[in-house]
Amino acid sequence: MYAFNYHRPASLADAAKLLGSATDGKFLAGGQTLLPTLKQRLASPSDLVDLNGIAELNGITVSGGSVTIGATTRHAAVAASAEVKKAIPALAALAGGIGDPQVRNMGTIGGSLANNDPAADYPGAVLGLGATIHTSKRKIAADDFFTGMFETALEEGEIITKVEFPIPKRAGYVKFPNPASRYVMVGAFVAETANGVRVAINGAGPCAFRHKEMEAALAKSFSADALKGIKTDPGSMNNDIHASSEYRAHLVGVIAKRAVQAALG
Amino acid sequence: MTNQGIGQSVRRKEDFRFITGQGHYTDDINRPGQLHAAFLRSPHAFAKIRAIRLDTAKKMPGVVAIYTGQDVAADKVGGLICGWTVKDKKGDPHKAPRHDIIAIDHVRHVGDQVAVVIAQSLSQAKDAAEAIEVDYDVLTPVVDVVTALKPGAPQVHPDAPGNLCYDWEFGDKAATEAAFAKAAHVTRIDLLNNRLSPNPMEPRSAIGEYDPGTDTTTVYTTSQNPHVLRLILCAFVFGLPEHKVRVIAPDVGGGFGSKIFNYPEETVCVWAARKLKKPVKWTSDRTEAFLTDAHGRDHVTHAELAIDKDGKFLALRVDTKANMGAYLSTFASAVPTYLYALLLAGQYTTPAVYAEVKAVFTNTTPVDAYRGAGRPEATYVVERIVEAAARELKMDPVELRKKNFVPVDAFPYQTPVACVYDSGQYAKALDEACKAADYAGFAKRKAESAKKGKLRGIGFCAYIEACGIAPSSVVGSLGAGVGLWESGQIRFNATGSVFVYTGSHSHGQGHETTFAQIVSDKLGVPIENIEVVHGDTAQVPMGMGTYGSRSLAVGGSALMRAADKIIEKGKRIAAHLMEASVDDVVFDKGTFSVKGTDKQVPMAQVAFTAYVPHNYPADLEPGLEASAFYDPVNFTFPAGVHIAEVEIDSDTGVTTVANWVAVDDFGKVINPMIVEGQVHGGIAQGIGQALLEGVVYDKESGQLLTASFLDYCMPRADNLPSYKVGMIETPCPHNPLGVKGCGEAGAIAAPAALMNAITDALGTEEITMPATPLKVWKVIQSRHLAAAAE
Ligand SMILES: Cc1cc2nc3c(=O)[nH]c(=O)nc-3n(C[C@H](O)[C@H](O)[C@H](O)COP(=O)(O)OP(=O)(O)OC[C@H]3O[C@@H](n4cnc5c(N)ncnc54)[C@H](O)[C@@H]3O)c2cc1C
Repeated sequence: MYAFNYHRPASLADAAKLLGSATDGKFLAGGQTLLPTLKQRLASPSDLVDLNGIAELNGITVSGGSVTIGATTRHAAVAASAEVKKAIPALAALAGGIGDPQVRNMGTIGGSLANNDPAADYPGAVLGLGATIHTSKRKIAADDFFTGMFETALEEGEIITKVEFPIPKRAGYVKFPNPASRYVMVGAFVAETANGVRVAINGAGPCAFRHKEMEAALAKSFSADALKGIKTDPGSMNNDIHASSEYRAHLVGVIAKRAVQAALG
Repeated sequence: MTNQGIGQSVRRKEDFRFITGQGHYTDDINRPGQLHAAFLRSPHAFAKIRAIRLDTAKKMPGVVAIYTGQDVAADKVGGLICGWTVKDKKGDPHKAPRHDIIAIDHVRHVGDQVAVVIAQSLSQAKDAAEAIEVDYDVLTPVVDVVTALKPGAPQVHPDAPGNLCYDWEFGDKAATEAAFAKAAHVTRIDLLNNRLSPNPMEPRSAIGEYDPGTDTTTVYTTSQNPHVLRLILCAFVFGLPEHKVRVIAPDVGGGFGSKIFNYPEETVCVWAARKLKKPVKWTSDRTEAFLTDAHGRDHVTHAELAIDKDGKFLALRVDTKANMGAYLSTFASAVPTYLYALLLAGQYTTPAVYAEVKAVFTNTTPVDAYRGAGRPEATYVVERIVEAAARELKMDPVELRKKNFVPVDAFPYQTPVACVYDSGQYAKALDEACKAADYAGFAKRKAESAKKGKLRGIGFCAYIEACGIAPSSVVGSLGAGVGLWESGQIRFNATGSVFVYTGSHSHGQGHETTFAQIVSDKLGVPIENIEVVHGDTAQVPMGMGTYGSRSLAVGGSALMRAADKIIEKGKRIAAHLMEASVDDVVFDKGTFSVKGTDKQVPMAQVAFTAYVPHNYPADLEPGLEASAFYDPVNFTFPAGVHIAEVEIDSDTGVTTVANWVAVDDFGKVINPMIVEGQVHGGIAQGIGQALLEGVVYDKESGQLLTASFLDYCMPRADNLPSYKVGMIETPCPHNPLGVKGCGEAGAIAAPAALMNAITDALGTEEITMPATPLKVWKVIQSRHLAAAAE
């Protein structure tokens, strides 16, 4: 790890200011992605601006048809929340399936979304539920947020403050983990919402995406059988030593069916 | 007392310090004035070093010294050695190209040492290492044995033409060929034994320290065999006298073979400490461990089994290409030869066996012994081809094995590949395993799985292995550079407590408990009064270390010999105290007594008298201690049967291990709990090899693609079933404890059992380890098994 300046502001305004005045500053949330990167000397930020001291970024509220999760809320807190479990059980289960207990006790939803690892879990839920990402500057719809592999709509210095999930009629999330890392190799988040059926596929491609053909089929009949015969283009899939793009494309179909079954309970 | 001796599941004495975080590992040790070493490593698999510029790096804060291969050459530091010289078909010694502790002109694998920075802090050393500029001429690498043997392949070493380390043969070629000529059936199989990374929990670490006042060098290091390391460093690398070098291997967190060897990094620490007259420490990080800890396995094999019309095996013919990596590691040459071909008869009466092995250099991390070392590879060949033969012949794999087992009344049994099996009950183990696995109910379970759209398979492995490799005269004639005895010393204190010194080394196996148990059992001293000392050449007189499941069979036997000497001397002291003739004194359960009388004295009193010899035999030395060396007359031959049952999800290719039975014969069992733990760990590693683990190099660039746990898949608890472990005890007839060794059996047996189950479920032999979901799914697709299962 290289040396850096450490700051722990108490307000969003101070955080933005500290980052703005740093030569090469980075926000720090749970540190579960950033710190391993620093330890391996793969990055050398001049300043780390720790967001954990900003009270308003933390916590879960459920009201008026939505679940709102503050950016620095830990995965473990989401997984354990009785309110989340009741409102969107698939979301609590997703959070409870991230990494291991140490990772869940430190990692945050804001960090996970800002990082937008193609193999991350949360992007599936955010896209699958059509959530809204609130930032220090604006609100961003899920459909506009994930722009590519490790890329998001966030601008320099923009801070995710909270994520607002509309409560669906029902939803299910199933992932096929990478055997080694246990990150997502193929995940499917399926939800029947007030605005129709949404199917988000994560892990499989460079970035989480919606499977429109599956959405259309499920809108007609919300059942696993409705997905029979729907193919996914291997050309849009990732390819690595653990899974070829053909295998990923095949798994998208299998896992999406299982996610529908999970949603149906 | 009775719950502490042989056969009792005594809780491990060492676990208190381990599970309360109070162990002392090498990296926990810090010496006054200590400096830190960081290595600059090659980013290329194969390159010529044109220039190294150190100017910027040398000026960095905290830097004390930077050394390159040129400094090593200037100091005339010897290269690392291979301790076993294998002679090829023509009788010529194997090719052992120079293995410098820092590369001199070429780098030959990703991670090869290019320079070392010694600095005040580790961070400073790493900063400076990054500031070193190196010009490379990048060369085309070769990473796999098949390509490396092709004409025109890149040449890893100029002095190993064709990348050939040796072309070796073993067994009776003519007899084998004659048997094939008259065979009613021949089964053929192509196998790949995947390369593994050992991944002990504790990474390697070393501190070199030099005391100019006494001209003594001390090495703290993560070693499985400190005395052997001392011998290599003194006699071969540095030319130092052994009495001026002390090697300490304190608590060591797992080795699995990878800590047997003499590595460049610890050698550099010693060299630099002597140059700088300051302690120098290095600790591997996990990436370095993946790049530089000696890997295991990596064989490509074609095998053929000749069978007569009644299903009797006539001959086995094996052709293996073994990857040695970029350099010949300390015992690398022995692994695919003497630890491999000698086991190719398996548990069977196959009268003729012939093996050819080509050892091949490639631009990869060196390969050497890893849990099982050669025997897992042999078992994999024998047990895969036997199972394949049963399928081709449409015979029950259990019946085919039984037809060919060495029968109980045939021991000692001379195999066609040099071994004399000392004892065994192979059919009994198979019967017990079949019962425990409910083999009879398998067809029903398979049908039930099919109803759920799942593919079910069962697989067997009747393994044999050889432990406690010996005797020294034989291994010497085969090219070993060392003897394979062990030493032990028992020293009583005046108040009756005991030090036990062993040349074996425990790095997780529980010797502090097991060795205390055998001494307790023999001498009647409670185990809490026994301290087992190991891992320090200044405390333990001599030793050969721990590998090949030898510790108890060889090291434990040495202690039994020492205990006999203690009893002999004790009898003389006791006779004197009881005013009896020595010939009338008997010793039992810690008490000396006079035959036919009620006179007795306890061991503690005898020990006290030995050190406070006021009333003492005139012609006897005071003191109660004894040393012994033990050189076994033969290997021991643990054997057993593992049965694996799998269920495969035909939609995803995911294999679930549904059931696992192991029935092992380790001879006499000293501590069943520890033995069962060793079996569990071994099976976990074997399942890891078959299902999950595999080192992958990029063919073009030679980059290691599995250089972290993100990509190298270690077995986790949820990958493993609950095992049913059973034991048969056929005592080893030639060592005093009757023990055989249990440390590697699980890793030896498991891969073949599991792959036999998977190939049974898939109906084809055409799948390689690790059988990942991707590979299994591909087979399912090509064989349209998904539709069939539905
Ligand atoms: C062993 C291990 C296993 C894991 N397994 C999984 C898994 O199975 N599934 C999964 O989804 N994830 C997994 N993770 C990642 C984990 O979920 C992390 O939570 C996630 O990577 C990032 O969250 P963080 O809070 O740790 O962010 P940090 O590491 O602190 O930051 C990550 C990035 O986000 C930026 N950032 C952080 N917060 C904000 C914010 N509020 N606004 C703007 N930018 C911000 C930072 O500047 C940084 O660039 C794993 C991690 C580890 C170490």
